Amino acid sequence: MIKEPMRVYLDNNSTTPCDPRVVDTMVPYFYQKPGNSASRNHPFGWEAEEGVDYAREQIAALLKVDPKEIIFTSGATESDNLAIKGVFEMYKSKGNHIITVTTEHKAVLDTCDKLTEAGAEITYLKVAEDGLIDLAELEAAIKSTTILVSVMWANNETGVIQPMKEIGDICEKHGVLFMSDATQAVGKIPTYPKEIGVHLMAWTSHKMYGPKGVGALYVSRKSPRVKVTAQMDGGGHERGMRSGTLNVPGIVGFGKAAEIARLEMHSDAERLNKLRNRLEHELTSRLEECYINGNVDHRMPHVTNISFKHVEGEGLMMTFNQNIAVSSGSACTSASLEPSYVLVALGLGDDLAHSSIRFSLGRFTTEEEVDFAVEKLVAGVNHMRDLSPIWEMYKEGVDLSNVQWSEH
Amino acid sequence: MAYSEKVLEHFQHPKNVGTLDKSKSTVGTGLVGAPECGDVMRLQIEVDPSTQTIIDAKFKTFGCGSAIASSSLATEWLKGKTIEQALTIDNMDIVEELALPPVKIHCSVLAEDAIKGAIADYQSKNGIAVTAMAAAH
Repeated sequence: MIKEPMRVYLDNNSTTPCDPRVVDTMVPYFYQKPGNSASRNHPFGWEAEEGVDYAREQIAALLKVDPKEIIFTSGATESDNLAIKGVFEMYKSKGNHIITVTTEHKAVLDTCDKLTEAGAEITYLKVAEDGLIDLAELEAAIKSTTILVSVMWANNETGVIQPMKEIGDICEKHGVLFMSDATQAVGKIPTYPKEIGVHLMAWTSHKMYGPKGVGALYVSRKSPRVKVTAQMDGGGHERGMRSGTLNVPGIVGFGKAAEIARLEMHSDAERLNKLRNRLEHELTSRLEECYINGNVDHRMPHVTNISFKHVEGEGLMMTFNQNIAVSSGSACTSASLEPSYVLVALGLGDDLAHSSIRFSLGRFTTEEEVDFAVEKLVAGVNHMRDLSPIWEMYKEGVDLSNVQWSEH
Repeated sequence: MAYSEKVLEHFQHPKNVGTLDKSKSTVGTGLVGAPECGDVMRLQIEVDPSTQTIIDAKFKTFGCGSAIASSSLATEWLKGKTIEQALTIDNMDIVEELALPPVKIHCSVLAEDAIKGAIADYQSKNGIAVTAMAAAH
């Protein structure tokens, strides 16, 4: 019998597998407990509501917040939209200025962009080479019309963690709301909005070993009491902020995922940090001209983003993508033909952005898988460099910046 | 996005990878693309001056699988052709042969430019009027 080729999933920032313990808790809610949690007059509705309430408590416990501060949505994109558009509409009498960062996810950037049509003024903060924002620049950007600062907790491409507490303090000092897209952080590192001074926080279940199609927005209820204008009209669910029948099985799974994360986050992080460092050390010691992108002291424990100079990312992935799943900042992986705007914002030349690979480990990643990935990567990079004219020129000592390239 | 069988075959077993001695008068080199664009192709031909026939072709490419396959295919097609015949290779022939999707058409354009660039280099080295230049785009 032919042995199945080993398949290694190192793309956990895209989505995580659903933890089997999560799936087990969801199953009864598809058939045995089919009720609508908004049905108040029969036991089917009551048990669905119980399931949702319990999940809300599990999630609140992970964040150390009140369960009433959790608004269920369909995912992080919806939560980002609800938070930013909802705050803009609710507080536009106070001002129209929003501050965000160039390396945010598109769900934040495109939402802000859309709001300019409605009269919003957006400031996009730049990041330094390590991916961190400049706090002085943030403070200087705040003005009398500023209503919201939106900064992601951890970056999806580099794993870089912003100085959240310092940002929270600046927002508090100036009386500005602070929203965070914490999609990559929740359940993996401590994310306690009340300790940090975050007033709205968006994230999703499927990046923390829960099911897809369910997410949440934390909305502070006390000091300050924040309200957002609903973006969909309907039955007034979720304290009027998000209408629509609740995804009961999804929410129940989301709750279980939060409980597991609360209990296992620290041991997972410790283990993944070691594995990530092993991966990084092996690759950078066995291959020349590798560059780690983003601040290595302030980043998620399971992520590394590495540029392999003079190798194009998509081509490199083709050497091993039957066996190993990763992501690349190369333009060729997108329809736009532009390399990753996040890496370009870090000041990487387009050539290094095209050469980047993101590895994101997860709860189910093993040491054996990491070692297998290292072998495949080393072989792939060497193969691609043998094919690369610019690697050959670099090796011959040609200064590539002096070459007259034919741009196209 | 899945790759066509032919792209995979050229990617996994690229033909004619290597470098010819560019100091020889019989060798022409075409270098097209730019690292910032994510594609650089270097295509070289060696020409028999008595027959104006391409007797060898080599490439090295920095780029995605389709770019590597396009240049590998181009070198295969070039060998044995006269300069005149080589100049008739059109990027759409490469698109068709490799079944490239629309987003990868630029890879074939680059390959055509590299062919024309190599021929032009050979011609100018040998005092022959350059018959075709790589299209600016």
